[in-house]
Amino acid sequence: MIAWFSDPTHWTGSDGVFALVIQHLIYSGVALFFACLIGLPIGLYVGHTGRGVVLIAGLANALRSLPSLGLIVLLVILFGPVFASDMAFIVPSIIVLVLLAVPPIMSGTYAGVAAVDPAAVDAARGMGKRPLDILFDVELPCALPLIFSGLRSATLQIISTATIAAYVSLGGLGRLIIDGRAQNDYYQMAAGAVLVGALALLVDLAIGILSRLTVSPGLTRRL
Amino acid sequence: MRFDWLYRESGRIAELFLWHLGLSVIPVVIGLLLALPLGWLAQRAGFFRSTLLGAAGLLYTIPSLALFVLLPLVLGTRILDPMNVVVALTVYALALLVRTVSDGLESVPPDVIQAANAMGYRRLPRLFVVELPLAVPVIAAGLRVAVVSNVSIVSVAALIGTPQLGLLFTQGLQLRFLTPIIAGIVLCVLLAALLDGLVLFAAKRMTPWQPGGAER
Amino acid sequence: MITFDTVSKHYRGQTVAVDKLSLTAPTGKLTIFVGPSGCGKTTSLRMVNRLIAPSSGRILLDGEPTDTMDVAVLRRKIGYVIQNAGLFPHRTVVQNIATTARLNGTPKDQALRIAHDLLERVGLSSAFANRYPWQLSGGQQQRVGVARALASDPKFMLMDEPFSAVDPVVRGQLQDEFLRLQRDIGKTIIMVTHDIDEALKLGDQVVVLRTGGTLAQVATPQELLARPADDFVADFIGRDRGYRVLGFAEFAKGGVPLGAEPTATLGATPETLRQIATDRWVLVTDPLNRPLGWADVDSLKGPLRDGDLNLSGTLAVEGSSLRHVLDAVLSSPSGRGVIVGQSGELMGTVTLSHVAEAIEAARTGRLGTQP
Repeated sequence: MIAWFSDPTHWTGSDGVFALVIQHLIYSGVALFFACLIGLPIGLYVGHTGRGVVLIAGLANALRSLPSLGLIVLLVILFGPVFASDMAFIVPSIIVLVLLAVPPIMSGTYAGVAAVDPAAVDAARGMGKRPLDILFDVELPCALPLIFSGLRSATLQIISTATIAAYVSLGGLGRLIIDGRAQNDYYQMAAGAVLVGALALLVDLAIGILSRLTVSPGLTRRL
Repeated sequence: MRFDWLYRESGRIAELFLWHLGLSVIPVVIGLLLALPLGWLAQRAGFFRSTLLGAAGLLYTIPSLALFVLLPLVLGTRILDPMNVVVALTVYALALLVRTVSDGLESVPPDVIQAANAMGYRRLPRLFVVELPLAVPVIAAGLRVAVVSNVSIVSVAALIGTPQLGLLFTQGLQLRFLTPIIAGIVLCVLLAALLDGLVLFAAKRMTPWQPGGAER
Repeated sequence: MITFDTVSKHYRGQTVAVDKLSLTAPTGKLTIFVGPSGCGKTTSLRMVNRLIAPSSGRILLDGEPTDTMDVAVLRRKIGYVIQNAGLFPHRTVVQNIATTARLNGTPKDQALRIAHDLLERVGLSSAFANRYPWQLSGGQQQRVGVARALASDPKFMLMDEPFSAVDPVVRGQLQDEFLRLQRDIGKTIIMVTHDIDEALKLGDQVVVLRTGGTLAQVATPQELLARPADDFVADFIGRDRGYRVLGFAEFAKGGVPLGAEPTATLGATPETLRQIATDRWVLVTDPLNRPLGWADVDSLKGPLRDGDLNLSGTLAVEGSSLRHVLDAVLSSPSGRGVIVGQSGELMGTVTLSHVAEAIEAARTGRLGTQP
């Protein structure tokens, strides 16, 4: 495997490691963006109002039991003919990534907002903060630790599933594994696996750092 | 949907279903058995806690397909060996359940533990008679997550060729044929619901003292 | 002045929380709502800043009806303190305090300056300024909560069980400090409590509510103790009413003759003590003439040491209530109650008969004002 990694032709070029990492990150980033766009507002709304708790809990459970591979394959066959060229597998793949990432973001956000000390919210109301100020000055910052933990599971889920989506031709590090399997090249598969694992760990670390920078030390109780 | 295809293939589908069932359940059972002592260690503060929970978090980060591919390197197995899948899923279940067991033991009210100590329970009997039974609701909640996500992850193993319902997906794509895909998804969801219900039922039976059973 | 004008609150399902409440909380005074649980005291309080909307009736601030005001603007005029402080966990202590000033449009620098000043006012050192709420004890959090309400310098304040989440010792301290603070700032305050002793101790005016949200009595603490309106109020105030009313009668200077008390210091021999003693007991003081305790001459063997002192007697500070003076007498092993000055120096002692005379005088004085 070391031999595989030390071959410079494996790193550069349109199907080199660098290009694959960039692709993996782009697809994951786009999926995460849309998942946040959907999950955050819903989680904030449900946490703030307390409406729809049962619905999102049920939704999260149901989506967790859906097999991601099956979903990707299903959507590719259903939507494939609708889109031209690469979009035929990119769009269905991204949809599945978003679908899997929304529940953790949504539940994390909801749980975070719901867990905010009711006394702090009452005090904020009593001193004359308007509802949106309460949401953004009090509830959101206090919910950040749980939002980040939701974001973390969502991101890992996305990176993991994006790897699987290589099976329906999606670019990214999964290519090394799927193509390696097709060519019976175990070293390429193992290299892909190592790279995906490393990517997941690095992204996880990055989110950890981001959360450390944005979450108030008053909440983490770190001195 | 081509029901005639389903009927013709029903024998093979049943076989795949049983494989899927085994691959989903066995790792969770092994994971739970390992997680009980490890979670107990992790719950007691100090070196074990940070190490065990840190390692669990790290393992949980690794994407499933990567783990399936890498395990032969570690275990010396062949890539097609179902053992890889079993071990990988055990690792996931263990990583999730160590935290759950430790959280569950932590959820036992300190008053109850003090009362048990005051009555003269020694540490191990106290663990089995008092702490573990009271930790069941939290452990069961984690177990449900582990079981349900395992059912979904098992199907990924189709990409390296292990027999289970995931093969219906790969077959469906190759044939551009929806029936096996839909059948696979439905069976996966059913299996997840079945196992989830089983854990829920068992937990309810084990916690008659809870107002709503194990549902939290 | 906060005026309740036939204010009612009922919820669907016909439970009445507050029933046609009419009363006035006078300007610069501390009005206390007290009553058993379910009497609607918190509901009444929260209707003032419209955290709960009244079903009917009006509440007026200095004659201005609140129902037509913008709700956020209304709340910014009123300081609000709640049971568990409700501090923002993600903000430091000064940031928390500065919040209300910022809401009222004070520039940031100035708001932080105000916050630093207030920190001292509520008895916290500046070392706390940049800590987070979790690093504070319950009592300290509550002080920050009070400071936060004061930062916008509101005319009115609402306090919902502000001192009930802390242990009795801290509660006593917070109450005393708050009384001192209120003497300086003279806010128009409504406070809710379930603790009748707190109501009697702090209130300029006490509003007793009964279950179902009806008004039972509005009176000063003295009146409440002396003339409860009905059985409910009498019951709620509880036993020891006669004794507790002494808490409001000041021990007038010169009203009761202070007896001179011979004193000894630590190290005195049994012989010296016997010489100065008027009976078995001799009062022992420190070099600054502050009482330390009583020495029993009869049981003394050898020079007087710390361990020989009987510490059971309480001290009454000059000018404190008859209740404290009486307690000093009753708790003293010699039967003579020790009166001290503001800085703790010995002023003299009083006997039970003298106190009884003072009580009698206070009683006839009080009864004399009765129609």
